[in-house]
Amino acid sequence: MTHAAATVDQMRPPYPAERGLDVYNNKLGMWIFLASEVMFFAGLIGSYVILRFGATGEWARPGIVLNIPITAFNTFLLICSSVSMVKAYASIQDGDQRGLRLWLGLTILGGATFVGIQIFEYIHLVEHGFTPAGIRDGSELAALVANGTLPSTTVGLYGSTFFTMTGFHGFHVTCGVISMLYLYLTKVLPGKYSKLDYRGIETVGLYWHFVDLVWIILFTIVYLI
Amino acid sequence: MTTVAATAHAIHHDDRSFLRKYIFSTDHKIIGIQFLFTSLFFLLVGGLLAMQMRWQLGFPGKPMPGGGILPDTMAPGGVILPEYYIQLVTMHGTFMVFFAIMPLLVGVFANFLIPLKIGTHDMAFPRINMWSFWTFFLGGLVMLASLFVPDGAARAGWTMYAPLSARHDYSGASIGQELWSVSIIFVGLSSILGSLNYITTIINNRAPGMTWFRLPLSIWSLFITAILGLLALPVLSGAVIMLLFDQILGTHFFDPAAGGQALLWQHLFWFFGHPEVYILILPAMGMVSDLIANGSRKPIFGYHSMVFAIVGIGFLGWIVWGHHMFVSGMNPTLGSSFMVSTLIIAVPSAVKVFNWMGTMWRGNLKFTVPMLHATAFVAMFVIGGLSGIFMAATPVDMQIHDTYFIVAHLHYVLFGGSLFGLFGAIIFWYPKMFGRMMSERWGKVHFWLTFVFYNCTFFPMHITGMAGEMRRLYDPNQYTFLQPYQPMREFMSISAFLLFATQLIFFVNFWWSLFKGKKAEQNPWHDNGLEWSLPSPAPHGNWEKVPTVYRGPYEYSSPQVAEDYLPQYKKLPTDREPAGTPAARH
Amino acid sequence: MHWWLPPKASTFTGPIDGLFIAILIITGIAFVLVEAGLLLFIVRYRQRPGRKAFYTHGNTRAEVIWTAIPAVTMVALGLISNHYWVEIKGRNSVPPNAYPIGIHAKQFEWQVTYPGPDGQLGTADDFTIRNQLHVPVGRPIVVHLSSEDVIHSFYVPQFRVRQDVVPGMDIKAWFQSTVPGTYELGCSQLCGLGHYRMRAQVFVHTQEEFDAWMKQAAQEAKQ
Repeated sequence: MTHAAATVDQMRPPYPAERGLDVYNNKLGMWIFLASEVMFFAGLIGSYVILRFGATGEWARPGIVLNIPITAFNTFLLICSSVSMVKAYASIQDGDQRGLRLWLGLTILGGATFVGIQIFEYIHLVEHGFTPAGIRDGSELAALVANGTLPSTTVGLYGSTFFTMTGFHGFHVTCGVISMLYLYLTKVLPGKYSKLDYRGIETVGLYWHFVDLVWIILFTIVYLI
Repeated sequence: MTTVAATAHAIHHDDRSFLRKYIFSTDHKIIGIQFLFTSLFFLLVGGLLAMQMRWQLGFPGKPMPGGGILPDTMAPGGVILPEYYIQLVTMHGTFMVFFAIMPLLVGVFANFLIPLKIGTHDMAFPRINMWSFWTFFLGGLVMLASLFVPDGAARAGWTMYAPLSARHDYSGASIGQELWSVSIIFVGLSSILGSLNYITTIINNRAPGMTWFRLPLSIWSLFITAILGLLALPVLSGAVIMLLFDQILGTHFFDPAAGGQALLWQHLFWFFGHPEVYILILPAMGMVSDLIANGSRKPIFGYHSMVFAIVGIGFLGWIVWGHHMFVSGMNPTLGSSFMVSTLIIAVPSAVKVFNWMGTMWRGNLKFTVPMLHATAFVAMFVIGGLSGIFMAATPVDMQIHDTYFIVAHLHYVLFGGSLFGLFGAIIFWYPKMFGRMMSERWGKVHFWLTFVFYNCTFFPMHITGMAGEMRRLYDPNQYTFLQPYQPMREFMSISAFLLFATQLIFFVNFWWSLFKGKKAEQNPWHDNGLEWSLPSPAPHGNWEKVPTVYRGPYEYSSPQVAEDYLPQYKKLPTDREPAGTPAARH
Repeated sequence: MHWWLPPKASTFTGPIDGLFIAILIITGIAFVLVEAGLLLFIVRYRQRPGRKAFYTHGNTRAEVIWTAIPAVTMVALGLISNHYWVEIKGRNSVPPNAYPIGIHAKQFEWQVTYPGPDGQLGTADDFTIRNQLHVPVGRPIVVHLSSEDVIHSFYVPQFRVRQDVVPGMDIKAWFQSTVPGTYELGCSQLCGLGHYRMRAQVFVHTQEEFDAWMKQAAQEAKQ
């Protein structure tokens, strides 16, 4: 398949052998990989649910520690980048190289900005005393724990689960941005994709939509509830 | 039509550099062989650790022969310290499960057999496959390194129950615990990469005519194993990441002192851990099915129910994890439902055993060394399977949970089951890997000695377990009621030493045969699989043109031909080309 | 040296040992069937030159039979086991008149808290003794298990009672001893380097002996 002629439609390849699923290997592989990712995030999110609802004390109310408006903007940005990913995919389906460059570029930009804002948010939180190990003594937030605004028994778990879940999501976004950038430089700019072969775009697109979906869940359960 | 001559000449010239060919190879066979050498080494390491445990149990407080080379923090004057003993317990389990049995079954045989048996040139993603090996290798090095750090290796048992594992002040080890976590994360990544490769390859890259119900049972079991690995390992990775964060970042996931939950770890671990148990036995079951059909010269009895049994075990494996936790403080009503699902999972296992026997019934049994091992697999797996029923019954589990009874049970399944299956499989496919045969005489010596010493080592554990001897005790003689069993422990230890010594026969046979073994024919076992249409050893890229499959994998003693086997790739005059293949269209 | 389960000394030994024997019989039959069958086939169907194996792909009826028999046996076993399980460990299994004792496990000792003469835990006359569990014979005892640090497990082989002691959880386990004497309580969950010596003695007294001991121990505790 690596030496396939450019005239062969790689998106609907001829089957040399026994019929499998009617998708090419990379796409099938990505679906299978995403199944694994679902289990990974299910493990993290499930643990969060068990820890939060099995905890003896109250859980911190939303909006005290975390800045919801800025993250809501970040969520919007990530959803937009999913839309631009769809546009990039649609462009190359029509063989539109310029459209692909534009929309994939915007997707990368959106993803990178998301990670940037998240790093900014982390720095801000740690400065205020919110760490994976809980609230730092003597910090701004420690005062809130002292006056009872934040529950002292569960705020440590709050930090642990928040940083682990959003951190691993951020890591996945970063990986996505890097892979898209790699495709952009090695395949998109040289114009290697065509109407007949845009497997890389479709595969990375699947991943990108998955990461987006995970974020919508995380944003809801970590920031809003 | 495939003939040896045609394929042998058609293999294109292989001009890859040494590094590309043997080290950073993307060839599934080389990767399988890399896994083989690495995990056999870890098997040896795991065995050495077990020998030291057996020394302490058989001869408590006496200086261990050769133990003088160990530093004073482990065994001053050769006398094993309690803190070293629990490191041995932990690392023996870890090495055997994650670095020996699992990679031997999945890393070696999924890699080696899948493309050869389904008829394709290589895996769907050869480079991901290479990364799968190297992440495993890295994980192994990290785990090995953890044995040599100043305050010793991990000490919380291979199950790493939190909070003992999560806080260094509880376990007394720090870097060792952290390295364990890091290493397991690598192993998890390696398994996920491997699994997604195997699944994609089996779904999409089968040779023409290789329909789902013409797949050998080894491939079916590896397919289901890969699905289990794909979905179970990420849960372990997530749990171990949380554990690592507890250890190094001071998070509180598993620390009840700060609001975390100790049982959360057990639920996550066993949610992975029970599918893992089937990862450790299903491939052996599949390969043993191939070996028994071959050795009996008879089609496998009830092929379809064998497939459904594998699928059933794979499915039920997800809803039984709580049977490791009957006395953990989990809700007893949950215990009831886990007990029922656990008892039900015995049914597909029983079906498999009876079908193996059905295969041997009225066969023409040829006891080659692989067949001997396969038969022993059935005989020993039965013991391991039946002893599991005792623990599945919750009230009885109250008495024998965490005693030597469970140690006996798991060794009957993992040694008597998986390892016998593995010995058989390694010897069976050795000619296709290396082009030479392993010595049959020494193979038989190794088999019989292993069979005897293995039973002498592990069977008495049922007795001491019933008596209430707890697992992971440095010195059971602390308890007066366990003192009378010291002679039995000594007997088990001596048997274990002999068992270990016997394995050296296998290792010597393995290495000697690599260079001096009899040159292998193309199809030395008269097997039906596609891999035997290739010369031995199988060349890079396997077939120039993949073979066409005309029938199921177990057509032994078919009345259609004079000889007692009928390979899947052999076209009889009555055979038609499979539908949809180019040849059929012409 | 017994080649069997430890001597019986609690009310649980009846159902648990009975179930053990039942399973032993069931598995024993399966075991003999399989191993004898294997041996028979190994001898009987050894390779002979010129003979071909019987060419068959299976027999649906045979397979249905050997699927159904284990399935029915297992379900029956599950139902019987569950009956005893509910009696022994079920949510409401602890008898209301059970005598309470608090056990606090820590690396590597058992701290046993007695309710004192008033028979109530959590009152002023409670007192604590390390590594000694005294109980009256023939009376249900409920132990309130808690842990200081890691997971331990409360196990008295002769009583057939085992319960993990989990930090952050309060777990109740009960038993009723039947034979006066001295037994051993062991930790059966790896809890660190001293796991092997985390051991306590269990004294089962007659009621009069127990009352006398309680009086004396409470006296000593006060001083």
